Amino acid sequence: MNAHVKLSRRALLKGGAATAGAFTLGFSIPFTEAQAQAATPEINAWVVIQPDDRIIVRIARSEMGQGTLTGLAQLVAEELEADWAKVGWEYPTPGENLKRNRVWRNFSTGGSRGIRESHQYVREGGAAARMMLVEAAARNWNVPVSECRAAKSIVTHAPSGRTASYGSLAAAAAKLEPPKDLKLKPSSEWTIVGKSVKRLDTVDKLNGKQVYGADIRLPGMLNAAIKACPVFGGKIASFDAAKITGMPGVKKVVQVNPHTVAVVADTWWQAKTALDALPIVWDEGPNARASSDTIAAMLREGLDAEQAFEGNKAGDAKGAIASAARKIEATYSYPFQNHACMEPMNATALWTAEKCEVWCPTQNGEAALAAAIEASGHPAARCDVHKVHLGGGFGRRGRSDYVTQAVLIAKQMPGIPIKLLWSREEDMLQGTYHPITMARMVGGLDKDGNLVGLHMRISGQSILAGVNPQALQNGRDPVVFQGLNPGGAEGPFGYGIPNLLIDHAMRNPHVPPGFWRGVNLNQNAIYVECFMDELAHAAGVDPLEFRRRLMKNAPKHLAVLEAVAKGIGWGAPSAPGTAKGLAQIMGFGSYVAAAAEVSVSNSGAIKVHRIVAATNPGHVVNPDQVAAQVEGSFVYGLSAAFHQECTVKGGRIVEENFDSYPAMRIDEMPKVESILVPSGDFWGGVGEPTIAVAAPAVMNAIFAATGKRVRSLPLKNADLRRA
Amino acid sequence: MARLNVNGRMMDIDAPPGTPLLWALREQAGLTGTKYGCGIAQCGACTVHIDGEAVRACSLPIEAVGPNQKIVTIEGLSEDVSHPIQKAWLQLDVPQCGYCQSGMIMAAAALLAKKPKPTDADIDEAMTNICRCGTYNRVRAGIKLAAGL
Ligand code: FES
Ligand code: FES
Repeated sequence: MNAHVKLSRRALLKGGAATAGAFTLGFSIPFTEAQAQAATPEINAWVVIQPDDRIIVRIARSEMGQGTLTGLAQLVAEELEADWAKVGWEYPTPGENLKRNRVWRNFSTGGSRGIRESHQYVREGGAAARMMLVEAAARNWNVPVSECRAAKSIVTHAPSGRTASYGSLAAAAAKLEPPKDLKLKPSSEWTIVGKSVKRLDTVDKLNGKQVYGADIRLPGMLNAAIKACPVFGGKIASFDAAKITGMPGVKKVVQVNPHTVAVVADTWWQAKTALDALPIVWDEGPNARASSDTIAAMLREGLDAEQAFEGNKAGDAKGAIASAARKIEATYSYPFQNHACMEPMNATALWTAEKCEVWCPTQNGEAALAAAIEASGHPAARCDVHKVHLGGGFGRRGRSDYVTQAVLIAKQMPGIPIKLLWSREEDMLQGTYHPITMARMVGGLDKDGNLVGLHMRISGQSILAGVNPQALQNGRDPVVFQGLNPGGAEGPFGYGIPNLLIDHAMRNPHVPPGFWRGVNLNQNAIYVECFMDELAHAAGVDPLEFRRRLMKNAPKHLAVLEAVAKGIGWGAPSAPGTAKGLAQIMGFGSYVAAAAEVSVSNSGAIKVHRIVAATNPGHVVNPDQVAAQVEGSFVYGLSAAFHQECTVKGGRIVEENFDSYPAMRIDEMPKVESILVPSGDFWGGVGEPTIAVAAPAVMNAIFAATGKRVRSLPLKNADLRRA
Repeated sequence: MARLNVNGRMMDIDAPPGTPLLWALREQAGLTGTKYGCGIAQCGACTVHIDGEAVRACSLPIEAVGPNQKIVTIEGLSEDVSHPIQKAWLQLDVPQCGYCQSGMIMAAAALLAKKPKPTDADIDEAMTNICRCGTYNRVRAGIKLAAGL
């Protein structure tokens, strides 16, 4: 770690101790002061080994609960032949990455990419370090490298029985040339990867010691509360700072940008209290006329529009449907949703004439650094971002809007660290929302009930158009077709349908979209899998059997579907009052399926009793953490399916907190059985894919239980009372 | 100025009487283990014990807490992560992001203190905290493990 960072870290620890008395405070838990001072040379960018044999693995991706930190450390430790009990970790800063020619490569943590896109180079980092340690031992003993081997953090010279610990070899190893030819272990020889080792970051989450962004305290720090115009696209007409400047603790009222104002005070509670009392007049602009109804009308128009971007095409879908014996048609819709991370958005910034430093939870350290550089006006070399664990991310913390805000506020108060924390209400109103879409599904069945043509017309919002328009391909957003593509890691469509057309009429309302755990796979899986169910029932064929007939050329898709069907007892009679449904999809590099067992009471209350999930992610690094992701993704997906919808009135989001935007709680939680069927021939993600199959499996089970087909979410709006 | 008994220590809190206990704990007492999630008693991230009862600190002004009432926060639950709930949580790797877990653990500890052998229905009723990461099944398993069920 560079000296600058070490210095500020020490200052922090000291400052924390001085101002906080006996309380546990401070920052950057993974480093102790001793570690920072020891300045142990690294073996390479990924591995530092201390004289006492402690191993520090550097982790570039962000930990937000998904366990990537532990998984990546397992991959490095495996090739390092490390003693797992001695493995710890630290985050390098994005600034150091920049200075070192991006030696840690991508910091971005989203799209279930943490492991599937870095397994190769992090394992190579571990392997290179191991070879250097072995070579250091061999040189020391004056024996050939080929006679030495490494295991459990010890190098042994077999002929003489001599041994040396990694800690004793590290300094010498660090001076050696890195090896060129690296050979990674075959999966059959793994002893750490593939095992359910315990997470490396649990203890501090049990005693209040884990420092999240919202908990950061720096010497002399002030706190900021913030409010942006609740109507997207609106701005500030005026505000009356004089009304609140005398309130307790208030230090400054700051206009952050044309549409945002912040109050800086001694404590955050003071800042928020004053901000709530600040008279603000908004210039809401033309978007104030938008509502959920106007947006729905905009999307409905797209369902029939001439012009649409093609995503997947085979044969002549429209012709085949027109001449089919039967035509089945249905329209589905999916609402805006907020990520509602448990920890609201926040960032802490210190701006001086010389430098700018930011401490924040981010899913993309490099994007946060870019935001800090731009907002600070300083050159890149004088800015850095110190990452902390995230209190949830789910895609929201891939954006850096809150980092920009914190720096802009800090810039108006040079030399004073400013912690900006959003209220829950601000977090709900200034989201980057799950995109809103509708889909018209039209299928043609021949006289024997075979699906001869399918047209899926998606109408609605493009995430890329909102967050990264440069990535559009001649106006087309390829991400819209997640799970529906002809091929690739982002979801080859599993059904072989002779005449197929999947197209997208892009309709972008003014509400900003964002990547939301599961992204477009969420609605695409609902649209396809619920409609497949409709087609199967129309054809009078069992929904599993109907799918099987179409999946002859998609054995991996079918395998996970068969696994959940077996798990739920498909075909066997259901418990009285319950019914079953299933769904499958491929995305984020993995094949997933779910089967649900639900009951619906006479008054229309839905209970999910059991869900069985099957995942083929190619390789499994930590089975218990994969199971945790499956369980968690179902909570996230079913919270969305049952309860969550951001509606629009007067151009702004209506739902401001968990009272109007509820999340699933423990009493609604079904039993989850997670089946892993890794085929061992690819690397897929696990944080997201299963989220997408939870809702359609439940919705299909609801139909099986009630005969009522729900086609729009959330389910709380559906009337399932028995007549 | 309010006098509060927090984790067995008397503290003078220099904040107006209407300040929520949550913010007095976090900003005056420096005990940041207790979290802010909603501010309206919906999520439970701010759960602490007052005389053994699980209480949502975001919605309780400090003027409503007397100096003789014993407040316990996550930092005071045990010296060394040795409370049965903490040990069970560690064994089952319950936390994901962990942000809700201080509140979850305090709610679970209060439940066990009252009902050493809680039923599923007891757990459903007492554990109304929100976890966006979705750790509910492990929370339930953790409570049962700690209760020896
Ligand atoms: S912060 Fe107190 S219940 Fe949510
Ligand atoms: S562990 Fe992340 S919110 Fe519960």
